[in-house]
Amino acid sequence: MSQGAAIDHAPPARLGRRLSAMLWRRPRWAAAALLVPPMGWFVLIYLAALVTLFVAAFWQVDDFTGEIIHRWTLRNFETLATSPTYRTIALRTVGIAAAVTVTDIVLAFPCAYFMARIAGPKLRATLFTLMLLPIWLSYIARVYAWRLILAHDGVLNWALGEVGLPPANIGYTNIAMWLVFSYIWLPFMITPIYAAIERVPGSLFEASADLGARGLRTFTKVTLPLVVPGIIAGSIFTFSLTLGDYITPVLIGGTGSSFIGNVVYANVGIANDIPFAAAFATIPAVVMLIYLSIARRLGAFEML
Amino acid sequence: MNPAAAMRSDSAPATGEPIVSLRGVARRYGDTLAVDTLDLDIARGEFFTLLGPSGSGKTTTLRMIAGFERPSEGMVQIDGKDVTRVPPYERDLNTIFQDYALFPHMTVAENLAYGLEAKRVPRGEIPGRVSDALDMVQLTDFGHRNPAQLSGGQRQRVALARAIVNRPAVLLLDEPLGALDLKLRQEMQRELKRIQAEVNITFIYVTHDQEEALTMSDRIAVFNAGRVEQVGSAAALYDRPASEFVARFLGSSNFIERDGRRLMIRPEKIRLAAGECLDGPDWHGEPARLTDAEFVGMYTRYGLELRDGQRLIAHEQNLPGFGLGVDVRPGSQVALAWHKNSVCYFDKMDAV
Repeated sequence: MSQGAAIDHAPPARLGRRLSAMLWRRPRWAAAALLVPPMGWFVLIYLAALVTLFVAAFWQVDDFTGEIIHRWTLRNFETLATSPTYRTIALRTVGIAAAVTVTDIVLAFPCAYFMARIAGPKLRATLFTLMLLPIWLSYIARVYAWRLILAHDGVLNWALGEVGLPPANIGYTNIAMWLVFSYIWLPFMITPIYAAIERVPGSLFEASADLGARGLRTFTKVTLPLVVPGIIAGSIFTFSLTLGDYITPVLIGGTGSSFIGNVVYANVGIANDIPFAAAFATIPAVVMLIYLSIARRLGAFEML
Repeated sequence: MNPAAAMRSDSAPATGEPIVSLRGVARRYGDTLAVDTLDLDIARGEFFTLLGPSGSGKTTTLRMIAGFERPSEGMVQIDGKDVTRVPPYERDLNTIFQDYALFPHMTVAENLAYGLEAKRVPRGEIPGRVSDALDMVQLTDFGHRNPAQLSGGQRQRVALARAIVNRPAVLLLDEPLGALDLKLRQEMQRELKRIQAEVNITFIYVTHDQEEALTMSDRIAVFNAGRVEQVGSAAALYDRPASEFVARFLGSSNFIERDGRRLMIRPEKIRLAAGECLDGPDWHGEPARLTDAEFVGMYTRYGLELRDGQRLIAHEQNLPGFGLGVDVRPGSQVALAWHKNSVCYFDKMDAV
């Protein structure tokens, strides 16, 4: 049957055959043919936007007309460096992102270890589903749910009142943001740590015990060093996702808890100062760049 | 004298007491019985092999001695002390794992030092002991390498060095040569025997390879379906198998019905001749028909049919002027003979 088809459509098949034979002889051309469309997309949409952002950071806006003046200036960065408000916001953003990352490492490690080493296949699948379930729900809905828990007349304070404890006024504070971010990004930490622990052959733990090491030595000398790449990989997620967020600060953080993202949003939407927004947006980009280069050295990219 | 050997003979006075003994040890996983009530005594300095097909309980037994599995019943003793509830890190033994289990984030030297550090050997002593152990496995200059940079055979040696550097009373080996190719495996078999003689440590060796077991062991325990079928020297197991399973598992064997019993004769113990049947007080002889002949190189494999229709296989060495020679055609009548000491009888009840 296929033979008949080949004979019927001889001329086009010959062209196709010649093309594939040519690509076979020149594998570089074949690779190029594969890569040009996605690379073109990547360069045009992603890199161009990033370059525009970076270039725009060195422009400024005419105070009267509101139009962008295409003249090089460091004024935006000077404002950022000298204004205590913006410095506070930048430090708050990076600080909470770091706190969230550390919290998630501490919470995720035992979960990941339990799932990878102790739980049976059935329990493991159940735990995985439970862990990933929130990711499939709306981000906004989950943040709102936390608002209901942490608000002054929320579930938390009601529960504290029921057992006779004073209310914990953590709604609309940095602590609330830290809690919510830690909850929301936790699965992104558990998954790579789980993958890292699962990759360690069980015989290594037995060998450690066999050679006379107790639990603590096995943990510090064998488990932890082999799982560090997974921890770093997870921290890339939790850190960068927190760093770039601006919804949770609005819904949970309230007035005194702006993130870099909120300032960027306000300057793009309300103040219409795109160059300043661009300048502020480069800060998390630079922080992430430094972070990723450290992570790469520690071998975290093999865990992604 | 080798320092490791000197150390051993000091700390372990030579007595008749077994170094490892299992008393009524059983291991269940849910409803499945992996090891059935087992009694075993392993003597000091012995090369003892647990031999059996996969799933026969030999590895579970080894893991109970190591302390990775706790027996459902019974007691494990090491050097006269009950260690049934003692964790692996407090047992005076070391294991060589099937996959070697070398720590990938440490160099070879760091792998070797790991056990010494865990046991709090004085810092100053460690480098010397590590390099002695590397010398012993002929990897003197490999201390700074990573395990990933080594070949399979070299990793095997590192695993061995990492275990013996601790000078344990007992070394457990879980199919350590299974991942190596034939030539390397034979080389390592000799190497293991050499090192065992040098350090005078008791070796408990798990394998499913009967030839490996026969050539290396002082004594062998043959496992089948969670039970030990027989314990004995290689020659005893081969020449006097206690059960049909042992006879079938070690080497080749013929089974025929004789006088209401099962008779077992090894193929190489049957002698063939073209002439008269040899029969006497020591030798049994009878005629047979040759059904086929295969030249195997070292020997020729003959298929035989007895008068009552039962079939036998005979192996004859290809020596000039001996046996049937090459002139024999399938279908011709031959005379077979075996020494009466070469046969074993089993009750029909034993039939597997």
